[in-house]
Amino acid sequence: MGRNDALFQFLLRLGDNTLILSHRVSQWCGHGPVLEEDIALANTALDLIGQTQLWLGLAGEIEGNGRSADDLAYLRDAWDFRNLLLVERPNGDFGQTMMRQFLFDAWQVLMLERLMGSGDARVAAIAEKASKEAAYHLERSSGTVIGLGDGTEESHRRMQAALEDLWPYSGEMFVGDEVDEVLAQAGIAPDAGSLKEEWEQMVGNVLAEATLSVPGAAYVQKGGKSGVHTEHLGFVLAEMQFLQRAYPGASW
Amino acid sequence: MSNEWPLWEIFIRGQHGMSHRHVGSLHAPDAETAIRNGRDVYTRRNEGVSIWAVESAHIAASAPGDKGPYYDPSDSKIYRHPTFFDIPDEVGSM
Repeated sequence: MGRNDALFQFLLRLGDNTLILSHRVSQWCGHGPVLEEDIALANTALDLIGQTQLWLGLAGEIEGNGRSADDLAYLRDAWDFRNLLLVERPNGDFGQTMMRQFLFDAWQVLMLERLMGSGDARVAAIAEKASKEAAYHLERSSGTVIGLGDGTEESHRRMQAALEDLWPYSGEMFVGDEVDEVLAQAGIAPDAGSLKEEWEQMVGNVLAEATLSVPGAAYVQKGGKSGVHTEHLGFVLAEMQFLQRAYPGASW
Repeated sequence: MSNEWPLWEIFIRGQHGMSHRHVGSLHAPDAETAIRNGRDVYTRRNEGVSIWAVESAHIAASAPGDKGPYYDPSDSKIYRHPTFFDIPDEVGSM
């Protein structure tokens, strides 16, 4: 695999992660448990959409076929999406949404930190911009995970259940493939597995403070990075892409 | 009502302002969350560089009924306003 092909795939992964998670989080708009959380979730979704525009914009540029970020977001089918399975998981209750956010934020903070030192200046620049947003997302989601985990009996029970439900989907973040190898060799992106230890420590500290118990080693649910998705992605895309599919080129 | 989060008053220092100004109030379970919520609710359009959160219950306020005795007496003391000085033009706006 050539370096450009690998970089294109890698940028799709980054952009699709933020795109699909943004869509999931935006589904809370108007439904948040309290006004303050509703606004905060909408802010997070907007941050992620902004990052998506940058990652997919660069992906289109690297691909060189004239596809824009919008083309990539709205005109690809599920098997062409490269996001982690974790981010397409259903929202569930507020606790599940925040647990998913937390597991992702911790990984994203580490990934962006590494990418800030990327040998590709364009990747490094986007990573630097996104890293400030990611740092805030992580502060917020860890705070919520701790507050609800170490909260009432009911909130603790729900957070533990959310953690167990999502845990098998966290492993995919650290499973590398040819794309990761090529880019690690080229000094453009870190080896996927190299983030694992730090992530486990970071997540472990927060979960301990949240009085939640880390699930044991589980089967790793993976496939999203190479386009093999769960049934949930199709529904996300149906909602997200409907307008552009039904009215091609519509704008306002 | 014991399940309600307490109310917090949020003060923000704008980019160009000198002091924190009251911008509104919100609910939060603790001080850290109040500041985060303040950030999310009141600084979305680049309004601030610093946030203070004060639990509303800790703000002591004068009673509206005291308006007469408190404020009316100063109405007739116009000499307390520094309006009797000639300000040199070079000073500009004060």
